[in-house]
Amino acid sequence: MENKEQTVEEEILINFEKKIENGDSIEPKDKMPDGYRRHLIRQISQHAHSEVIGMQPESNWITRAPTLRAKQILLAKIQDEGGHGLYLYGAAETLGISRSELIEQLHTGKAKYSNIFNYPVLTWADIGAIGWLVDGAAIVNQVSLQRTSYGPYSRAMVRICKEESFHQRQGYEIMAKMMAGTKEQQEMAQDAMNRWWWPSLMMFGPHDSSSPHSGNAFKWKIKRHSNDELRHKFIDKTVQQAQVIGLKIPDKDLKWNEKNGHYEHGAINWYEFHKVIAGNGPCNKQRMEHHIKVHNEGKWVREAAEAHRLKKERQN
Amino acid sequence: MTTDTQLELWEVFMQSKPGANYIHAGSVHASDKSMALQNARDTYSRRGEGTSIWVVPANAIVASNPDDNDLFFDPANDKVYRHPTFYVMPKDAKAI
Amino acid sequence: MTEQSLYNYCLRMGDNALILSYRLSEWCSNGPMLEEDLALTNFALDMIGRAQAILKYASELQGGVKTEDDLAYRRSEREYYNNLITELPNGDFAQTIVRQLFISAFEFYFFTELQKSNNATLLAIAVKTLKEVKYHLMHATDWVIRLGDGTTESHKRMQDAINYLWMFTGELFEMDLIDTTLIEKGIGVDLMLLQPKWHRHIQQVMYDATLQLPEEGFMQTGSRKGIHTEYLGHILSEMQYLQRTYPDAIW
Ligand SMILES: [Fe+2]
Ligand SMILES: [Fe+2]
Ligand SMILES: [Fe+2]
Repeated sequence: MENKEQTVEEEILINFEKKIENGDSIEPKDKMPDGYRRHLIRQISQHAHSEVIGMQPESNWITRAPTLRAKQILLAKIQDEGGHGLYLYGAAETLGISRSELIEQLHTGKAKYSNIFNYPVLTWADIGAIGWLVDGAAIVNQVSLQRTSYGPYSRAMVRICKEESFHQRQGYEIMAKMMAGTKEQQEMAQDAMNRWWWPSLMMFGPHDSSSPHSGNAFKWKIKRHSNDELRHKFIDKTVQQAQVIGLKIPDKDLKWNEKNGHYEHGAINWYEFHKVIAGNGPCNKQRMEHHIKVHNEGKWVREAAEAHRLKKERQN
Repeated sequence: MTTDTQLELWEVFMQSKPGANYIHAGSVHASDKSMALQNARDTYSRRGEGTSIWVVPANAIVASNPDDNDLFFDPANDKVYRHPTFYVMPKDAKAI
Repeated sequence: MTEQSLYNYCLRMGDNALILSYRLSEWCSNGPMLEEDLALTNFALDMIGRAQAILKYASELQGGVKTEDDLAYRRSEREYYNNLITELPNGDFAQTIVRQLFISAFEFYFFTELQKSNNATLLAIAVKTLKEVKYHLMHATDWVIRLGDGTTESHKRMQDAINYLWMFTGELFEMDLIDTTLIEKGIGVDLMLLQPKWHRHIQQVMYDATLQLPEEGFMQTGSRKGIHTEYLGHILSEMQYLQRTYPDAIW
């Protein structure tokens, strides 16, 4: 009996991997190995939670945005991020897990979100730095994920990438304006750059040599490019953009490598990275408490909406 | 008393311009039809992506089973006479 | 006289949109559902756009020395003319949604009438705004009915919100010399004619939602003279923070 089940499992795996090799995309009703499903749920939900938690640091500045235009842009940007969270929750739900469960996993700490949102957004220049660097780094990753093997995830990424295109530009525009502004504005911009540069590089995750989950992720074409490949892509284009507006990259070891045509960056402080992941970043507690509080405050609204529907159904 | 949920799942189909096919855009959660429609509008039509929206309760959608693909779809592959290129037309005939 | 009245009229409309958009934008990342978060943000965006258009026109009326941002960010407490109801804290979702109903219904009738204005700019703004407001009204109405006729808790929260907000609705229909001047010129809207329509509309929604309007009673007033609740000052100190701290900066 046990042997037979094993062969069924094996058969699923063989057919699945044949499809992956052909470059076919996997759809919700296709048979897939458990490991693939679990990996996807973990990755997509982490991605969804990141979009949603990422709304908090930026919305912190909505009421203080300095012009009507700036406020419109920021609101529309954060709204997009909420939309992205929504698309991704939808993609995760096709794998047989509900949004309620996903949120519960976030609240119990079982699911993670991007580390970057555990840093505080201190000045208006941080809003620029987030759009330019954080969204910039995210886009590099997301563009690569448009070709991920799971259909619903890939389709969500295509939609997200389309919308992301203004996010990085609006952030860079803020930085450019500040660098063309008063001395105080320039200092603010450089200070934001100094604080956000390294955490942005950390967004790509550990170096390839020490990345724990990537084995099957590559084989199953969930991940299409390595952490270091993507990190380099990001650095290469960002350094030039910084130079154009007169911002310094806070890395004294940064240098251009003639041979491979990439920048070499200095050592990343992985101690800090792991410290923040372990929950000891400046804002970990604040972000989670806020999410839980909002969730609890919305409970009566959701319950009432359901109750109203049931009443109406009974009447008809 | 009801328990807390994230409301029901609905699938959203958008028509990008009059006359175009409705294409699946994604999903939203909502407790009733009008909420589903409004949520779909606010989620999937923020950039003028649509001129019309359909929302369907996700549990009302019936999907074919990938295991049945050979019996569902393969038999149509050899019916070449359904395609116009199958037919030999007299050389001089026009507009056909 | 007409110019000055028109300018003040624009500030009123512009400030209503500006301050309510401020409050609605506070919901961003605080909504009861992700979907509703996006919806409330959409309303805020509609209103910032409206504030921008109207304040720009106001600045043009004054010769364009000040920009719409100067008007939004560089006036002091007594120079704002938004209705008090727009500056009240959001409270819970019930309070926000009841306010949306009261204001959206008012705006629906107001901008419908303003479409008859012989001022081309106001007319154009009215046409554009009315489309947005119709959607706001539909959204608010649906929610008021759901929550009014939902659970015991939601019903109570809604009734509390109505009881609290009611005394701020009278101000929506107050008229002074500015109004009469502009009505005479065929520019402005006669608010007195709107009130019964608005009242009937709200009454119907209350009926559908199993909720009750309070007895007619005392109504708060002040905004027409720039006298506000204490909440406005806090809004301004937050909203104007960067403009005030770095007066020479360009953003
Ligand atoms: Fe993002
Ligand atoms: Fe995003
Ligand atoms: Fe983004």
